[in-house]
Amino acid sequence: MESITSPKNQISPAPETSPQTSIPAMVSPPGPLGERRTGKLRRRRRRTLTETLAELFFKVNGYIAIALLGLIFIFLFKEGVKSLMEISPGEFLGHWALDFDDNRIFKYLWQPVGDEPRLSFVPLLTGSFIVALPATLIASVVGIFSGIYLAELAAPRVREVLKPVVEFLAGIPSVVIGFLCLTTVATLLQTVTGSHFRLNALVAAVGVSIVVVPIITSLTEEAIRAVPDDLREAAYGLGATRWEVIYKVLLPAGVSGISASIILGMGRALGETMIVLMAAGNAGLVTLNPLSSVRTMTATIAGELGAAAEGSLEYHVLFLVGAALFTITFFLNLTAETVIGRMRKKLRQ
Amino acid sequence: MSISRNSYGILFESLCRGMTMLAFFVLVLILGKIFLNGYQIVTWEFLSMAPREGMTEGGIFPAIFGTIAVTFLMLIMVLPLGVGAAIYLVEYAGDGRAARIIRAAVNNLAGVPSIVFGLFGVGFFVLFLGRNIDAALGQGLIFGQPAMLWASATLAVLTLPVIIVTTEEALRAVPLSHREAAYALGATRWQVIQGVVLPQARAGILTGAILSVSRGAGETAPILFTGAAYFLPRLPVAEIPWLGIPMINPLDQFMELAYHIFIMATQSTNPTETLPIQYGTTLVLVALTFLLNLTAITLRFFFRREAAGR
Repeated sequence: MESITSPKNQISPAPETSPQTSIPAMVSPPGPLGERRTGKLRRRRRRTLTETLAELFFKVNGYIAIALLGLIFIFLFKEGVKSLMEISPGEFLGHWALDFDDNRIFKYLWQPVGDEPRLSFVPLLTGSFIVALPATLIASVVGIFSGIYLAELAAPRVREVLKPVVEFLAGIPSVVIGFLCLTTVATLLQTVTGSHFRLNALVAAVGVSIVVVPIITSLTEEAIRAVPDDLREAAYGLGATRWEVIYKVLLPAGVSGISASIILGMGRALGETMIVLMAAGNAGLVTLNPLSSVRTMTATIAGELGAAAEGSLEYHVLFLVGAALFTITFFLNLTAETVIGRMRKKLRQ
Repeated sequence: MSISRNSYGILFESLCRGMTMLAFFVLVLILGKIFLNGYQIVTWEFLSMAPREGMTEGGIFPAIFGTIAVTFLMLIMVLPLGVGAAIYLVEYAGDGRAARIIRAAVNNLAGVPSIVFGLFGVGFFVLFLGRNIDAALGQGLIFGQPAMLWASATLAVLTLPVIIVTTEEALRAVPLSHREAAYALGATRWQVIQGVVLPQARAGILTGAILSVSRGAGETAPILFTGAAYFLPRLPVAEIPWLGIPMINPLDQFMELAYHIFIMATQSTNPTETLPIQYGTTLVLVALTFLLNLTAITLRFFFRREAAGR
């Protein structure tokens, strides 16, 4: 009875024969001394403790990525939602105003400072898209063609040189591109287009496209390369030229990856801050003219949060703008991510 | 028929080549423009002096110091976190449900607009963490205001995906057979990670670290409201209490290269007069990020070749 309850007695009297021993026979070779056995046991425990702690540590790190995304969501909306309690949601669309002939007209104004703040999101939304759409268009043309070139046409040695070019382009800080847009591109485009505004949506779009091109190029290249060689060889075997293989086989096969790259590029273009802040002119106009000065959501936050008093209406509204921006890019990213994930899965099969 | 087939092909291929060349020329133009306008101003004095005469003269040393300090702090925060997460993804989670969700979150985090990180930095780090620490300490306003600590924490969140993705690639490049050999010798999982996987993945992890520094040094929007300052008469340096050793003061504000360019180009009283300084600062920033990227790409080239040879 005593030998069962007391572990010391359990091990020391007859180690080889005791069936109740808690130590598996494989890891503890029979030894003459009980002391050494308990030492082994302790070391083993410490080892499993290290194992458990290590796994826990890595697991926590892994889950922090999810937690951060959740925290961004929570803290943007937490501040942003407060503005909904201060003014009616209709104010975010626009307001009725009297014009000279005493007609009531609906105005879309962004004037957050003053006695009667006007907080229409419409100019900010149109501003963001009037920059992001042309930027994505330019970047798609350059990115898709250069992606095809890098994947299919370039000699391996040429590719070794040109691929880093794309990465260097991606590595240029956006404030530098914004600075060059402000000083050089703006003047250049004004002489070409003769636009009224020196800083306008097109200037910003050209700058933003430089940031988006690397994304579209590298993902297009990946999508084209992901097409199995069997398909290429079958097409060449049927007598197709290189152009026909690309046009009739590779592009249809890679279309999902390429469209995902455009969606991702669009998300990046909508979220670009410094370039639009420096080059788009920041006038809150509702317009579809790319040669007009516009104010985007990102530039509004960057330009005004510093001056907004903490806890004021403007402060909360700017967080709401950020929450809206985050939601838009979140869904664009999620869509692209799903498509790319499906493409990679197919590739693995 | 064969003529039209061929001419389409030639047109298309030259279009592809032309667009790639366009990207190449844009890069050359950007770098050339910055270099030609900036190289005369970048002297030793410019690099080692503080701004003078209301920022119209003098150098940019505080901005260089601030950039290095803030990215250094950022790296200390993000490297263990990112490498740990990547180890969990590759060595523990495999392709399970948890790993898929984490990967989706990481990819989505990589696409979050940089200004949203800035808002998050203010809302979470400065106002929530900082103010709560202050309330707990009861010493007045110490943590609850923009500071280098919060700016680097914000940048750490921003660069986390960079570290995770590159570390994951590096860990995957370690052959499974090496792990199996270690397991067969009785090693535990942690022993395999520590003794077999991590030593082989060192070059890849270093690549990720360099890329994240380059990315962090170039970002402006996240630090606009979390700690960057227009002008500071002093460096963000403090002495460690009782020891008298100077160190970076993470509770101070700081000047930063990217922010300096933005401020000088848009907010200063005479942007045309200070244009040479702006170009000089831009050259320094571009040279810094370019060299970091070059190092990372070269390093990755060799580690990929080594991995392919294994």
